[in-house]
Amino acid sequence: MIKSILIIATMSIVTMFTRLFPSLVFKKNVPPVLSYLGNVLPASIVAMLTVYCLKDIDITTSPFGAPEFISIICVMIIQIWKRNSLMSILFGTIIYMVLIRTIT
Amino acid sequence: MRLKTIKFAFIKSIPVCAGYIFLGMGFGILLRNAGYGVIWAFCMSLFIYAGVMQYVGVNLLASNASIITTAVTTFMVNARHLFYSIAMIARYSDTNKYNPYLYYGLTDETYSLLCDCEIPEGLDKGEYLFYVTLFNHSYWILGGVLGNILGSVLPFSFSGVEFSMTAIFVASFTEQWLNNKDHLPAITGIVSTLTCLIIFGRDNFLIPAMLIITAVLLIFGKKRGEL
Repeated sequence: MIKSILIIATMSIVTMFTRLFPSLVFKKNVPPVLSYLGNVLPASIVAMLTVYCLKDIDITTSPFGAPEFISIICVMIIQIWKRNSLMSILFGTIIYMVLIRTIT
Repeated sequence: MRLKTIKFAFIKSIPVCAGYIFLGMGFGILLRNAGYGVIWAFCMSLFIYAGVMQYVGVNLLASNASIITTAVTTFMVNARHLFYSIAMIARYSDTNKYNPYLYYGLTDETYSLLCDCEIPEGLDKGEYLFYVTLFNHSYWILGGVLGNILGSVLPFSFSGVEFSMTAIFVASFTEQWLNNKDHLPAITGIVSTLTCLIIFGRDNFLIPAMLIITAVLLIFGKKRGEL
């Protein structure tokens, strides 16, 4: 019980550290290199996370990741068309839920 | 004024709602199966508040891992947050009393929701960002608690709802692509991550991918004189 609490506390503190540390170090004066990274990193990281979400797709066996790829294209099309994230996420997810129940 | 802020923040947070409740429930069920009840689910989701880490955390608890192992594992899994924080320093400046909590709640989804969003006109920036973060945090806790209580007795299969996570990233990616003239960061992100996925395998590619992305962006920044 106490050990479990310690494990959870450790996870909490280390997670908190990774989120708060940079902001505590660079409170006032952000070095130019970091403000540059702050400008360009978001686009890269979102791209990275997209790939991360797709890491478990098996493209060698049926359905070859088709539900994922079709749904992603739908999200992109709706986003480009309507510029409304809520709508593209909602419809993309519904399309995916339908596809995984129909495509096998 | 405050009510209006809460309303806009709630609307902004809706895409995360379904995904967090579903993924949170997955965690809650897993934790229950490992022998931990609802208080544990609540506390973990409240204090740790990191999706992947809490799934890993169930294994750490079940195997009675040492504190050192726990600390190192947590750092490896969550090191990406260092990059989110750096990217958010400018964005989260002048948010005053809300500042610490904004960093505390900076998950993958909250990050991609807030990194490029516009603050609705007339709203206090810190307060708006605070409520979006708070809503997301609440969904996550709610999911963990529900999953732990309800377990596997749910009447309807929600499988596939977790795709909303991917959809959040894809929508954010598309929106940034449309807004930015410079597509180099996005392309760097995709190419580096795919390369690392192939080289390091699906369990270990995030950290190398981030290091390579950072290095490539710095090199290009220097070359183009933006640094």
